[in-house]
Amino acid sequence: MAFLTFDTAHKPRQSYASMAVLLAAMLVFPFVAAQFGNSWVRIIDMALLYIMLALGLNIVVGFAGLLDLGYIAFFAVGAYLTGLLASPQFAALLESVISYHPALQDAIVATFGEDVRTNGIHLSVWAIVPLAGLVAALFGALLGAPTLKLRGDYLAIVTLGFGEIIRIFMNNLNDPINFTNGPQGINLIDPIRIFGVSLAGEAGSKATVFIGGFGMPSVNAYYFLFLLLCIATIFMTSRLQHSRLGRAWVAIREDEIAAKAMGINTRNVKLLAFSMGASFGGVAGAMFAAFQGFVSPESFSLTESISVLAMVVLGGIGHIPGVVLGGVLLAALPEVLRHVVEPAQQALFGKVLIEAEVLRQLLYGLALVLIMLNRPAGLWPSPIKEDRPVAATDKDEKEEGAVA
Amino acid sequence: METFIQQILNGLVLGSMYALIALGYTMVYGVLNLINFAHGDVLMIGAMVGLSILRLLDSTFPGLPGGVQLAIAIVGAIPVTMLVNVLIERIAYRRLRNAPRLAPLITAIGVSILLKTFAMMIWGRSPLPFPQLLSSEPIMIGGAVISQTQVLLLVLATVAMFALAMLVEKTRIGRAMRAVAENPRVAGLMGVDSNRVIVATFAIGAALAAVAGVMWGANYASIQFETGTVPGMKAFCAAVLGGIGNIYGAMIGGIVLGIIESLGAGYIGDLTGGFLGSHYQDIFAFVVLILVLTVRPSGIMGERVADRA
Repeated sequence: MAFLTFDTAHKPRQSYASMAVLLAAMLVFPFVAAQFGNSWVRIIDMALLYIMLALGLNIVVGFAGLLDLGYIAFFAVGAYLTGLLASPQFAALLESVISYHPALQDAIVATFGEDVRTNGIHLSVWAIVPLAGLVAALFGALLGAPTLKLRGDYLAIVTLGFGEIIRIFMNNLNDPINFTNGPQGINLIDPIRIFGVSLAGEAGSKATVFIGGFGMPSVNAYYFLFLLLCIATIFMTSRLQHSRLGRAWVAIREDEIAAKAMGINTRNVKLLAFSMGASFGGVAGAMFAAFQGFVSPESFSLTESISVLAMVVLGGIGHIPGVVLGGVLLAALPEVLRHVVEPAQQALFGKVLIEAEVLRQLLYGLALVLIMLNRPAGLWPSPIKEDRPVAATDKDEKEEGAVA
Repeated sequence: METFIQQILNGLVLGSMYALIALGYTMVYGVLNLINFAHGDVLMIGAMVGLSILRLLDSTFPGLPGGVQLAIAIVGAIPVTMLVNVLIERIAYRRLRNAPRLAPLITAIGVSILLKTFAMMIWGRSPLPFPQLLSSEPIMIGGAVISQTQVLLLVLATVAMFALAMLVEKTRIGRAMRAVAENPRVAGLMGVDSNRVIVATFAIGAALAAVAGVMWGANYASIQFETGTVPGMKAFCAAVLGGIGNIYGAMIGGIVLGIIESLGAGYIGDLTGGFLGSHYQDIFAFVVLILVLTVRPSGIMGERVADRA
């Protein structure tokens, strides 16, 4: 990482130059990758979504130091919200309401028009994105509220439980009122449509998107949208980090009692960390739903929460370029391995010795262990030694003594 | 009333398994302040090794009575899980004792993935049937039924927990463990070799996990490489519910969680007027966990940890 730096405060020139280089590379990337097949661009699309998630989680875990093992719940909330409000699912919901509350159903039909009964609701992306962010933020506060008094690992288990609760609800809320369509998930979610251009391509165009006479594959269009969102997220989180609120988060992370004594309203600041982190997850979820066209509870298991956490910690907790690096590595690498491993074995040994899936898991697990053992602070940790004494801030007596 | 007794019995069975696993979490947490995320998978390895031993016994000594086979399986699984858990500690945790708090959490997750993958490579992907070793004749208690395997499970869990309590309270290594949990630095000054204590802790936790794993297989009659995930997570909840770091807390937390869960499964439908079915039993457990922690932020038996000065 020696030649790339993002430390705008100390090396402004070098860091703006590296940003420009990176941006140029990112802009050209899909056209190069598309030569080798659209699946490669698709992998990077997903990686970008995961980077957004990791950056959101970084607010909670990295800045505010609150261990969250249920972060994927907010991703799920955004995705299901999109599923409900941009697909025929709402019609199914309405149908299941009939027997319970006919009056409610009439009220809904009266507000949204008769069309709702057969077609569901199809909101545009301009409504979905803010709504997903807001609702996820609300859920974030909902999770934050009962956990304010909890510390460390007690917090971890409650967030884990929260994530599981959300997933179980998604799995089962198809009866008696069909919100989520249960384990089958929600299908036929509208693709994103910006200024009348559908990013999935119009019908009969073979998934090619035309913008002003210029055509590109659908995955490339999504790539640029996600890239834009990622850059926006990076910008927002880095501004947040250096704001008054960001400093308050760091203060709480380092010592909650001292932060309180300095006049920081720890309750509000913690709740803000949860809900702001969650809102990024919600937006990423909305994008995920529209990109896939399909959501099901499987995509939101505990393993996903943990892999997002792994991106944050492995990359460099609290350090935005590190988190992005962690996201790229852990989101893209397993997928790349999935594509590369079997052909490589064919070429080397003439047959497939280890299944790609198994080898992928092995390497993923090994990577987590080896990287953390060799770089306990992450691959690209925060370079700035903050103005605080290094010793005995993060660990109490007990941990120090354990080595003695 | 019959349902009630039945659900309490089910809860006790489930809860004693949770308690056995939770002890492994809580003991490690006590001495290292670390959540051993791979503990559930150690349980799975125990169950798998137990199954392999049973298959071997079946082919070499076909006539052995079921109870003896089960005993040999448990006794054989224990050293394997001990070795696995001690190796995990040596490889993945020891070097990170002074590292940032989340680093060992990530290696733990990595180890958990590795154990699952190894199990997948050795024993395959699909669920394996666990043989029925004890008579399937149920025992009736006040209108409720309990299988012989479950009775054995209750007995084993009680014995194991009692033995552990004795070990911790009465023996030299137990005293050393308590000392390290209390304050490792001072324990070191008093001549306690904390590395030895930590290895012992991992080994004991793994032995309990092996017992729980083989009995889990015997009770549910089917195991898979992912078998450890859910009980691991639940037992972690139980350990936290009881107050993590406290071994009696883990026992109580496990039993309480098991009973809450099965009562929840039995009554949640009636409680919500049929709106929520029994598949919400997991939610019940987590909601209770969250409620308990809001009232008692350090669990049922956890000491109120003084805020850092």
